Amino acid sequence: MEALIASNVTKQYANHRALSEVSLTIPEKSIYGLLGPNGAGKTTLIRIINQIIAMDGGTITVFGEPLSSKHIGVIGYLPEERGLYKKMNVGDQLLYLARLKGLSRADALARIKVWLEKFEIKDWWGKKVEDLSKGMAQKVQFISTVLHEPRLIILDEPFSGFDPVNAQLITEKIFELRDMGSTIIFSTHRMETVESLCDHIALIDRSKKILEGPKKQVKEQYRSNTFVVEHRGNHIVLSPDRYQVSASRVVEGDLHSTTIQAAAGITGNQVLRELIDQTEVYAFQERLPSMADIFISLVKGDESLLKHLKGI
Amino acid sequence: MNKIWLILQREFLIRVKKKSFLVVTILVPLIFPAIIGGLIAVMIREAESAKAETVQVLDESRQFAFESGKKFTFIPLDMSLEQAKKVYGETENFALLYIPAFDINKPEGLTIYTKENPSIEKIGDLERILEERVRDLKLQEYKIDKETLKNLKTNINLKQISISEAGEEKASNSGILYGLGFVLGILIYMFVMVYGIQIMQGVIDEKTSKIVEVIVSSVKPFQLMMGKILGIASVGLLQFGIWIVLITFVTSSVLGYFGLKMPQQQAMEQVSKRVGDDEQVKQAMEMNQPNVQVNELLGHIDQIPFGKIAFFFIFFFLGGYLLYGALFAAVGSAVESMQESQQFQFPITLPLLVGYLGLFLFILRDPHGTVSFWLSIIPFTSPVAMVGRLAFGVPWEEMALSMALLVGGFLFTTWIAGRIYRVGILSTGTKVGYKTMFKWFMMKN
Repeated sequence: MEALIASNVTKQYANHRALSEVSLTIPEKSIYGLLGPNGAGKTTLIRIINQIIAMDGGTITVFGEPLSSKHIGVIGYLPEERGLYKKMNVGDQLLYLARLKGLSRADALARIKVWLEKFEIKDWWGKKVEDLSKGMAQKVQFISTVLHEPRLIILDEPFSGFDPVNAQLITEKIFELRDMGSTIIFSTHRMETVESLCDHIALIDRSKKILEGPKKQVKEQYRSNTFVVEHRGNHIVLSPDRYQVSASRVVEGDLHSTTIQAAAGITGNQVLRELIDQTEVYAFQERLPSMADIFISLVKGDESLLKHLKGI
Repeated sequence: MNKIWLILQREFLIRVKKKSFLVVTILVPLIFPAIIGGLIAVMIREAESAKAETVQVLDESRQFAFESGKKFTFIPLDMSLEQAKKVYGETENFALLYIPAFDINKPEGLTIYTKENPSIEKIGDLERILEERVRDLKLQEYKIDKETLKNLKTNINLKQISISEAGEEKASNSGILYGLGFVLGILIYMFVMVYGIQIMQGVIDEKTSKIVEVIVSSVKPFQLMMGKILGIASVGLLQFGIWIVLITFVTSSVLGYFGLKMPQQQAMEQVSKRVGDDEQVKQAMEMNQPNVQVNELLGHIDQIPFGKIAFFFIFFFLGGYLLYGALFAAVGSAVESMQESQQFQFPITLPLLVGYLGLFLFILRDPHGTVSFWLSIIPFTSPVAMVGRLAFGVPWEEMALSMALLVGGFLFTTWIAGRIYRVGILSTGTKVGYKTMFKWFMMKN
């Protein structure tokens, strides 16, 4: 079953269109990266899923049912703009937020205990939030997001403000939650996060979805059959109608690095075979596009994608 | 509803648990009588212990025989004005009073010379002494003796009895009604402002601490707004309840101390706090007079239907609070700091201020006049105005109309505020004006 299906979701503000006919399919138990530059419409979409604002057109189904107020308890949301009541202590705060999500007092108390233990912060119960450091407050905030065991967790730029140690901790918890059966939607423009965490991605730019699919497949789709070879001596001669040698530079001494773009249908092995006859190969590698490459090129237009992939 | 209840609880508890709540709740009812009592005590002592000022007198008319008293010590001089001025200049004395020869029917040219600007009060005192002397001179001239004059003076106190439509006669005292209307009106004004600003502060805090987006992913913005407004209302009602109990207790102990009887115990339980103060002040002033008179006054108080007044007071407090509270919440949602909220605070509380001014200008002077009627009917001014009128008696149909309109009024402002609030709390970083707020109001969900 799909965790969430959005079809043709549209949101119009007075002077601009925030979302135009965006359709997404988010498989259950996936870690789904929602990418896009600032102002693309990610936060609007997330707010619509959280029913903070209403959409103007389109439909959203969550676990097979049309999105409605009963899903509030199913979704856990960590917004980008986040905070806690400064004057409230950690325990009361978590209890309050969990109860607003529909948990009973007893259930909430039991789960808070479990999570405080997980993060090894049991003695924080009575601390006021204003006395916590930023990183500590972030932990509390994360707990408040997942306390009601949401099946769908939406994290908007979850790592902003985290130090590497805490970021690692949160990453572990995210995988843990996924393994326990939660679906996680990630909104971010940090590509390294996407690269390491997500298995599915969608790219939204200027209110439109321009790309969606499993990460592997997307990368595959943007292969450009470009290879990088490191070799001794500078005399590679390849048939120009099948290969395009786009760049060559000296690495060290007579060690060179050359980028070769092969015509469609030519495999790495074929390229290597031709090279071995001509030069002494030290290293050979297909240049796969990183998510950052794909992201930047799609957002800026395809021309720059080509340039980027060619290594110019 | 359940979620509004959770929010209400939180808003209530965080405020009630604060130390400042305890301090204000206990001190206010004690502080007011203490301040008033203290002021009176200080005034009395000052008047008693004030040093007599020395006044040099150059009396060319030879009509005055000044007697030094508590306030002034007089030193007669016999020289020319120029010399007198010089003599006065060399002393530390308060003033030089110069009285030329004058016509008693047209006293002119009387002059006082001082080194510093004297207080109006002292000048008044001197003038009174002079006027009395001139009057005595006139009496002599007209051949009227003082005794006759004294007999001419008559004092009439109208006994006030209001006849109800049923023909029932009730003794009343418009002074007490005036005081009661005055105090109740001001209390409503103060409460609405104080608790309204608390709502605004709360909304701004939620917005600036950025927790609001987390909250509205669990509850509707309207629920959050209502929970907050109702939570703070409960704080107000609790505080109010404690004040009534404390003041009743303090008042009855003070009355007991002076050996006076409490007006019907039951009625007193609903007396608002300032009535208690008034009694104490009146007592302090009338201590010298027989207690009978004070007891008679308390009898008048007894005639006032406190239960009814308390009921309507709480109704209009809640109505006015809800009406303005919603507007305060809307303003809080639109701004990012208390400073920024100033520009909106004045316009939204302007009608309340109109009601407050109307209280003094119309309601207390002419409680049943046309302006008073309208002020107490229009929902934005009625909380202050109607409560001011309460003690004077309001026809039930006017009361019903006013109450219905007030309910309609706060439903209306809550509706408007809710629409602004839902957009405002999620908007940050932009400077907001009325135009933007209107746009938010019109925005579909």
